[in-house]
Amino acid sequence: MEKENKPQKKPNSFEIFLEEIQHSSWIVTFLAIMTGIILGGLLAAITSLEMYAAFKVSFWDGIKTGLQVAWSTYSALFTGSVGDFGKIKIALAGGDALEIRRAFFPFFESLVQSTPYIFGGLAVAVGFRAGLFNIGVEGQIFIGALTGTWAGYAITGLPAIIHVPLALLCGFLGGALWGFIPGLLKAKTGASEVINTIMMNYIAFRFSEYMLRGPMKDPTEYTPKTPVIADTAKLYHFFQDPIRFHLGFFIALAVAAFIYWLLFKTTWGFELRTVGANSNAARYAGMSNIMVTILAMALSGGLAGLAGANEVLGVNFRLVPAFSSGYGFDSIALALLGKNHPVGVVLSALLFGFLRSGARQMQLKAGIPIDIISILQALILAFIAAPAIIRTIYRLKESKIKEEEFTLSGWGG
Amino acid sequence: MENNHSNNIVEKYLGKTRRIVMGAIFLAIALLVYFVFAKGNSADSLTTFNMTPGGSSSSYPDWVFPTNSYLSFLAGVCLILGAYQLVRGFGKLTNAFLALIAVIFIFSFLSWAASGGSMNLAGLLRITIIRAVPLTLGGLSGILCERAGIINIAIEGMMLTAAFVSTVVASLSNLWVGMLSGILAGALMGWILGVLSIKYKVNQVIAGTVINIFATGLTSFLSQKFIQKTDYQFLNEPGMFPQIEVPVLSKIPFIGPILFNHNIYIFLTIFLVIILSIALFHTRWGLRMRSVGEHPKAADTLGINVIKTRYISVILGGMMAGFAGTYFTLGSSGRFDELLTAGRGFIGLAAMIFGNYNPVGTIGASILFGFFDALAVRASILNVPVPSEFLGMTPYLVTMIVLAGLVGKGHAPAAEGTPYEKESL
Amino acid sequence: MAPILELRGITKRFPGVLANDHINLTLEKGEIHALLGENGAGKTTLMNILYGLYNQDEGEILVNGQKAEINEPTDAIRAGIGMVHQHFMLIPVFTVTENVMLGEEFTKSGGFLDRAKAANRVREISEKYKLNVDPNAYVGDLPVGTQQRVEIIKLLFRDADVLIMDEPTAVLTPQEVEELFKIMRFLVDQGKSIIFITHKLGEVLECSDRITVIRGGKVIGTTLPKDASTKKLAAMMVGRDVELQIKKKKAQTGDVVLDVQDLEVLNPQNQIAVDGVSFQVKAGEVLGVAGVQGNGQTELVRALTGLLKPVDGKISILGQETTNATPRQITELGSAHIPEDRQKDGLVLSFPVADNLVLNTYYQPPFAQGLIAQHDKVIENSLNLVEKFDIRTPSVTTTVSALSGGNQQKVIVAREFSRPIKLLIASQPTRGLDVGSIEYIHKRLIEKRDEGTAIVLVSTELDEVIQLSDRIAVMYRGKIIDTIDGSLANKEILGLLMAGIHPDEDTYARAKSKKEQIVLT
Repeated sequence: MEKENKPQKKPNSFEIFLEEIQHSSWIVTFLAIMTGIILGGLLAAITSLEMYAAFKVSFWDGIKTGLQVAWSTYSALFTGSVGDFGKIKIALAGGDALEIRRAFFPFFESLVQSTPYIFGGLAVAVGFRAGLFNIGVEGQIFIGALTGTWAGYAITGLPAIIHVPLALLCGFLGGALWGFIPGLLKAKTGASEVINTIMMNYIAFRFSEYMLRGPMKDPTEYTPKTPVIADTAKLYHFFQDPIRFHLGFFIALAVAAFIYWLLFKTTWGFELRTVGANSNAARYAGMSNIMVTILAMALSGGLAGLAGANEVLGVNFRLVPAFSSGYGFDSIALALLGKNHPVGVVLSALLFGFLRSGARQMQLKAGIPIDIISILQALILAFIAAPAIIRTIYRLKESKIKEEEFTLSGWGG
Repeated sequence: MENNHSNNIVEKYLGKTRRIVMGAIFLAIALLVYFVFAKGNSADSLTTFNMTPGGSSSSYPDWVFPTNSYLSFLAGVCLILGAYQLVRGFGKLTNAFLALIAVIFIFSFLSWAASGGSMNLAGLLRITIIRAVPLTLGGLSGILCERAGIINIAIEGMMLTAAFVSTVVASLSNLWVGMLSGILAGALMGWILGVLSIKYKVNQVIAGTVINIFATGLTSFLSQKFIQKTDYQFLNEPGMFPQIEVPVLSKIPFIGPILFNHNIYIFLTIFLVIILSIALFHTRWGLRMRSVGEHPKAADTLGINVIKTRYISVILGGMMAGFAGTYFTLGSSGRFDELLTAGRGFIGLAAMIFGNYNPVGTIGASILFGFFDALAVRASILNVPVPSEFLGMTPYLVTMIVLAGLVGKGHAPAAEGTPYEKESL
Repeated sequence: MAPILELRGITKRFPGVLANDHINLTLEKGEIHALLGENGAGKTTLMNILYGLYNQDEGEILVNGQKAEINEPTDAIRAGIGMVHQHFMLIPVFTVTENVMLGEEFTKSGGFLDRAKAANRVREISEKYKLNVDPNAYVGDLPVGTQQRVEIIKLLFRDADVLIMDEPTAVLTPQEVEELFKIMRFLVDQGKSIIFITHKLGEVLECSDRITVIRGGKVIGTTLPKDASTKKLAAMMVGRDVELQIKKKKAQTGDVVLDVQDLEVLNPQNQIAVDGVSFQVKAGEVLGVAGVQGNGQTELVRALTGLLKPVDGKISILGQETTNATPRQITELGSAHIPEDRQKDGLVLSFPVADNLVLNTYYQPPFAQGLIAQHDKVIENSLNLVEKFDIRTPSVTTTVSALSGGNQQKVIVAREFSRPIKLLIASQPTRGLDVGSIEYIHKRLIEKRDEGTAIVLVSTELDEVIQLSDRIAVMYRGKIIDTIDGSLANKEILGLLMAGIHPDEDTYARAKSKKEQIVLT
């Protein structure tokens, strides 16, 4: 314990403001993101050969080139995710519809990328709120995509107004089943959901490999792919090609609002949060921990399933192997960044979506592999999870309010 | 006295259920073996097992037997064991007999799959051993950390990092330096896990997730940026440790080529399992480390430095995972590819749980998992009506069944996952 | 000759609390020095400082007249100081020998453990001090009294001269306490010195050579047993004259509210914990359940409240069978429960006071309309209860974790008493509370009794049980060994029963005549 013996002095209003803001953990969140971005830039610089070449000329050349590399990385990231203002201006002046759409493409593409993140982040957040660590979002996304796709191509002859919700529901149910199993095992036998959801991930990967090579394979294709879903199952696209912005984004926002209402405005949400905060007290208070645990895991899995179904119904229209590429794991970081609150989740999902979409462009333009985003996310997650690191770096004071903690025990049998 | 009394009561309420469930499982397997595996073949079909792995210099005659009668006999054995279990129960030996039944089941399955044709049993077992190596080493990494009370979910990430580092370093120098560099990279990752979970008291599962995401990102980033490009191919040519044919031992028929003709990793793995078993349970270091994982406060009151002990353990765990990582490149594939560990770290973790946090148990579980892994690869070659993907799921399913307590519960270190707070009110 | 141990001006601050305030204390060689104080008086903090688990903010420690720097337990061990902690510092999955030698291992060359040599040493110590412990037993299999002796062996193994014993009697039967006192006396005769920490007045007078009382982190005074009385010590400990007796009217009992028949319950280790228990509780009476901790009381309460399913027997509340009912069904029948561990079971520490006050009624009107929670009603309710039950909290949206133990307990009492209740199951309702809060809770319990509520009071504090109960059931190894009239109960009878011994007729007769005497005078 540190001994604090500071001379007492009357603080002025600015100091009070500083004090307040230092205590708020939002500043930690912001600094965590900034620090992550700075370190990411550093990484881009030190892995660029131009910089070393420039260092041979002189030290300052090296520094300058390093900064240039970092700058070009992030400007590529920015134009890749938001758009190039110059191009937008020219396109608007030109008035050609296709050109305008191309100019706005990056921005909308980022929203498209954010959509599965919103679902995935909500999935992890719901789990955390119930005291459950759902590492199985990735697998649940796969299964949700699988069942959603199946409903998309196997059921035909329905109007879109029924077919789309039905396919989404199938996606939800598929993911929910994948969450339900570890939830049931946790509730009934106490088996750690951490390990079980990891195991369920790999089972999901093997299972979808099997389905894609076997029962769900499009017979007209040589490679393992499912058939293309019916037009009536496709989520509405607001614009013509190449913009893929679709109805799913607004569905995701609506689901986030629904989850907010469910968690904080209903008795069931109260039960879920109580079980998460102190399961013994929940039992004492007459709540059914078993039901809450099972339903929370099923809901969490279902939300992840929606992420998968949404991708197929809104973007890909068919399922191919290895389609998710890490949404599930990113969702863990994202949910924690958003403090497991639906609003926070939506904001961090937007951040991650823009990063990811921008990184694709960055990879094409600046030759920086897209995986730099994972590094960035890991760094941000580390800083969020260990706010003391950020506090040490920026000499912030210890928060008076205790950071929200998740009590997750070991997984011993 | 008092304990005996309560144990009898427990037997009265709980032992009975377990006894009957186990008996039912034994009987179900007996029926399965008889009706599906034995009767599923024509009466006169033969099973041929090749008893020499492909490419081996020594040779041993094939084992040919009539499928039907052999399997019927084994089904009978299961039936008798099951009946005894149902009526009387094997008590403490139940799990041993469960293992025996499992072996019979697997053997019957293989005989059925190979009936009317042939299967290279020796080759299958040899591959099993090879596949078990990274799983065992991953499991040992888990043991080192978890016995001291730190959950290590980052084995996968540690392996990946070490695999990458060892590839580049070995390409520039030699295999041994490469191996050493991988171990050091693992140590660094272990240290990071330690800093996050011991110093900053981050939830240990989250700390592990951070390392996994970071390691995946960093290795893929560097791999794409450099070593996958043709200009930098020289960085991705580390070479591989050669096979060692142990004199005399490798000439033992059947067993020799399976166990004693491998590269250095297999032998080192066995060596490490033995060393760690002794170190954990028979040395001062092991006693202290386990005390820290069970009851850190008790250890502290006896003057054991909990923080330091945990750091050492988690760094050793990292080194072990690092060593496992170098196996993928220097002992198996001879080059680095993105995500080449393919979830082996997590199966290693599962093997550790199945093996009850015990090195010997872990290698046993790893061999079982390795077997299914080897089988999944071969299932498509064999005429098995079970898709290979389903065989590939087996380790995960087995782990889930173990965790659900169906095979009896083990003892996890009591303080696992909890940061140590020295001063608290 | 310098005292073997001297503490000078020890001060320790925790955030918001001055736990130790310039404490001075001396321990002479060969004495048992009792350190007496209420829960939270700062005894344990002081001893943790002495043992190097905490570091003092001010003050110094002298061992044999020499200033000693004790920053780590190792320093204390080196200085010859050992401690038996209130919560045993033993590892259940290790053997006695492993537990004892941990940190001071006997090794062969190469760091290999020499278990045989260490076991011999343990056996020697066990024999020399008559401790009767098997070195090769697993600690988890040993009874509590034996575990405590393992702790003592740990200290003797390290040649400790000063033994600190923190509340060593809390988990023992009166007979085991006798045994412990004998061992302590024997140790002192062998030249050891003991600091004996307790809050039990009787024990202090019985076995110490000198008594120091601390209150609110300060030393109040030091006295000899012959100069002290229970009453004087109690006044020193609490800081005012204590009403040792609570005034209560004779119970006006009504119909049977709780009826338990042949109940059998398993504990989480699947051992039988409640073994064929039967009893009835009527409206308007307090049934005290006494017993040494771990004799099935916890499991009994959990079965009564629906938290554990009994394996056999029958429970009915108000004539309705509740053997396999859920906690909620039981609550809805008009049953209330003050749980043994308020932080673990009774409260959600990270939730605001307001939410904790509706923890088991949140789903009923007016706090909910169907599935929708009515937040303003929850707040309104909490404002009322905070005032009515005098809960000291900055606001109703403050998290419960920020409240003191007494106020946390008040939150539970307020919540449970705010409903119309027919049955109250109160488990250790005053554990760890200060005297003021204890008095408050006791008063409220008697109030409820007088309103016609049937009360089951489970407590390991004999004084509490004797004061409040109309009848007392004593549990021993899962059975109710006897149920006696509250007015007849005294510590001697209860103590014998708690140890599983039926007192002879004389004892009862003496208790009866004593009571008649009281009535006469």
